[in-house]
Amino acid sequence: MEQIFFYIFAVIAVVTAIAVVSVRNPVHSALYLIVCFLQVAAIFILLRSPFLAAVQVFIYVGAVMVLFLFAVMVLDVGKESFSEHMHSQAIPAVITVAGLLAVAVWLISTGSLTAPLGPYTEEALSKNTEVIGKALYTQYIFPFEVVSLLLLIALIGAVVLVLKDKGRGAGRRP
Amino acid sequence: MTLNHYLILSFILFSIGVAGVLLRRNIIIVLMSLELIFNSVNISLAAFAYYLKSITGTVFVVFNITVAAAEVAIGLAILVAVYRTRKTVNVEELKDMRY
Repeated sequence: MEQIFFYIFAVIAVVTAIAVVSVRNPVHSALYLIVCFLQVAAIFILLRSPFLAAVQVFIYVGAVMVLFLFAVMVLDVGKESFSEHMHSQAIPAVITVAGLLAVAVWLISTGSLTAPLGPYTEEALSKNTEVIGKALYTQYIFPFEVVSLLLLIALIGAVVLVLKDKGRGAGRRP
Repeated sequence: MTLNHYLILSFILFSIGVAGVLLRRNIIIVLMSLELIFNSVNISLAAFAYYLKSITGTVFVVFNITVAAAEVAIGLAILVAVYRTRKTVNVEELKDMRY
């Protein structure tokens, strides 16, 4: 049963991901990306991480994609006016992707992608959110603070970047 | 269901994202492809966390999502600033450091 659901989610995720990079209209791209993110959230649930699934839906589907759609519509870049076909980069790009896939297949087939088992048991991990919360506020408190500072910097940086022109104009007045 | 299933899915999504970054000229779609890459990495981290019975991968996904949100905010702010001065989102026309 789990396998069937995994394949459903995986196939939809891959198909929509291909659609994201291949359709011409950025708005359609963004909508396909939303579907892809929802499939990824479902895969997080298959991995017994409901907290991650909720965060994925809130932040990616809620915040990030709204930002993207907002940018697409504010900038009015609708359908691309410039011709966009497979251009001179196509062959190097295909070679790069094929090389990446070859490395991936080699890594997976040799089974070298592994690590020592962690300390948690199955039933401890079934209370996933509680375990994450405890780890986040004890073991990982320093990265947590750093990342919150990073978010603050990003917030201020975004505001400064967008308001730059107005700020300069106001500053010139003596 | 084994770890390899999730890793293969993650690698496929990663490759699609890299292909999008390399092939598309619209900077918005390049940013969306970057989000796809972030997501593929998140899948593999969560899969490792589940199959290795560890919490590190899960915590790292939370940090990863935070960094991705910050990246999108800054990226789209830069995009808006660039579009105001250059009136284009074509990556191939955005090749000068100063305007």
